[in-house]
Amino acid sequence: MSDLLNVENLWVKFPTRTGVFDAVRGVSFRLGRERLGIVGESGSGKSMTGRAILRLIRKPGMVEADRIELDGEDLLGKSEKDMRAVRGQRISMVMQDPKFSLNPVMTVGDQMIEAYRLHARASKAEARQKALEMLEAVLIRDPERVMRAYPHEVSGGMGQRIMIAMMLIPDPELLIADEPTSALDVSVQGQVLSIMDKLVQDRGMGLIFISHDLNLVAQFCDRVLIMYAGRVVETCAADKLHEATHPYTRGLLNSLPRIDAPRDRLDVLQRDPAWAAAPSIGPDA
Amino acid sequence: MTPALSFENLNVWFGDGRDRVDAVKGATFDVAPGDSFGLVGESGSGKSTIMRALTGLAPHWSGRMAVNGQPLGPKRDREFFKTVQMVFQDPYASLHPRHSVDQVLSETLYLHGMKDIDARIVRLLDDVGLGSRFRFRYPHQLSGGQRQRVAIARALASDPAILLLDEPTSALDVSVQAEILNLLTDLRAEHNLTFLMVSHDLAVVSHMCSQLAVMQNGEIVEVMTVDAMRRMTSDHPYTRALLEASLGYRRAAE
Ligand SMILES: Nc1ncnc2c1ncn2[C@@H]1O[C@H](COP(=O)(O)OP(=O)(O)OP(=O)(O)O)[C@@H](O)[C@H]1O
Ligand SMILES: Nc1ncnc2c1ncn2[C@@H]1O[C@H](COP(=O)(O)OP(=O)(O)OP(=O)(O)O)[C@@H](O)[C@H]1O
Ligand SMILES: [Mg+2]
Ligand SMILES: [Mg+2]
Repeated sequence: MSDLLNVENLWVKFPTRTGVFDAVRGVSFRLGRERLGIVGESGSGKSMTGRAILRLIRKPGMVEADRIELDGEDLLGKSEKDMRAVRGQRISMVMQDPKFSLNPVMTVGDQMIEAYRLHARASKAEARQKALEMLEAVLIRDPERVMRAYPHEVSGGMGQRIMIAMMLIPDPELLIADEPTSALDVSVQGQVLSIMDKLVQDRGMGLIFISHDLNLVAQFCDRVLIMYAGRVVETCAADKLHEATHPYTRGLLNSLPRIDAPRDRLDVLQRDPAWAAAPSIGPDA
Repeated sequence: MTPALSFENLNVWFGDGRDRVDAVKGATFDVAPGDSFGLVGESGSGKSTIMRALTGLAPHWSGRMAVNGQPLGPKRDREFFKTVQMVFQDPYASLHPRHSVDQVLSETLYLHGMKDIDARIVRLLDDVGLGSRFRFRYPHQLSGGQRQRVAIARALASDPAILLLDEPTSALDVSVQAEILNLLTDLRAEHNLTFLMVSHDLAVVSHMCSQLAVMQNGEIVEVMTVDAMRRMTSDHPYTRALLEASLGYRRAAE
């Protein structure tokens, strides 16, 4: 079987004062060399699903699963040391808060050079050249200046692009991108998406694309998982997202503002407790 | 009528020598009281910097900025922040990692001399769709969108007359976005608030604002009404490209 990633019955649990909170409840999916979108409302467990795959859930949080396999190789049983190697080389994750994941006291350039040299045996000058090219690729206007800047000296969207550039340095087999373009204007967004797309097409990278932008996911991804309250409530081909049937998905689609159809108020979702109670949809649905 | 916010030939720069960035160059626009004004444009074009300059967070500027006709100097006093509040683009960075939601809100309410702090916290959390069960959480125990809602609640805490909203819903899923936008619309109507709002989502701007400025590389290239934007009557090539891209992708999705 040629699945790049195979996740079965994934749970993420947080002990709280009022008992254990299940942020992810029995999620299963498989990923090939494709673009898989994960959408769903705020707090539905999208980021925790991504982080759990990399075993990046902070204590006292717990990850449980029947299976998490990368290319047939078990990730759950790996030591922390082996897991670090997986994170550095094979799976990259662009975190939702880009500036938070950059080192605040190191210049952008030094961080990128360090990341590149960890991955490839390259001289400092080569690494520097490579970093400049990466920044240019994500349409940073003055890459020389940005190399010398600290993270707080770049704009929100520039921070996002820097993170994406860094995560692509190790040439990962799998990229988990958590809201990677939420701060980007449409033109820059298009460029960033085409870079990711190229890696999927040309190098067979797998991509998990977490986003709340339904139109974007419908257009950019191959397949979509729709999460609600820690579960997958619907899965469909991305280009069929606008025909989705689950009332939650329909509700999401109806709450979008539209340039061509102004209205005074936006529809808000009327949540049905039954949505949260329904079992997770399996990988073969 | 005196504008609520007025910017005249505003220049903002950072650094010097080869690291100098002219982040905003000659920005001029007014926002009428009770109006909602959008700032859109390229990433890195100076949108956040305009807001930061107004709130005193960008020290090097020239030109004129005024709030309700009062020109601004280098410093902002407490009175200023009673009138003007800002929701930052980066919710993680704007919340203290070791302060719970309760601490953040009660401190803000206390600073602004509010009474009934307890009741107000409950009300604010309800308003932003979080509810009291999030009251004692710390930032790392919240999802991205939940953190952004705490930041919005904090900005609303002092009952400001002018709100600066920097990508207020870009971290939120569309259902929560709809709730927050409806809440902001209601608040604006009830309290006659004035909004200055940055968003890269033209649909959000068209829903919330009556006018907008389009920025590119530090400059405002066009100020237009939302009606003109809907009709796609723009002279500037960058604005046209932006509009076409936004509408194109809408059409392609349908
Ligand atoms: N340390 C923690 N303790 C308790 N609950 C937590 C903790 N971390 C996260 N959660 C909860 O887990 C749930 C899932 O969080 P997650 O970050 O995966 O949401 P999300 O789908 O990514 O949402 P968003 O779109 O807002 O980023 C949320 O309800 C969040 O409050
Ligand atoms: N503290 C700072 N020091 C140096 N340069 C800065 C600082 N803050 C912002 N800049 C620079 O000013 C320019 C404008 O940044 P700003 O944050 O205003 O952009 P923006 O339009 O809000 O972009 P985005 O949509 O990506 O958030 C950028 O080139 C940025 O690197
Ligand atoms: Mg998230
Ligand atoms: Mg900004």
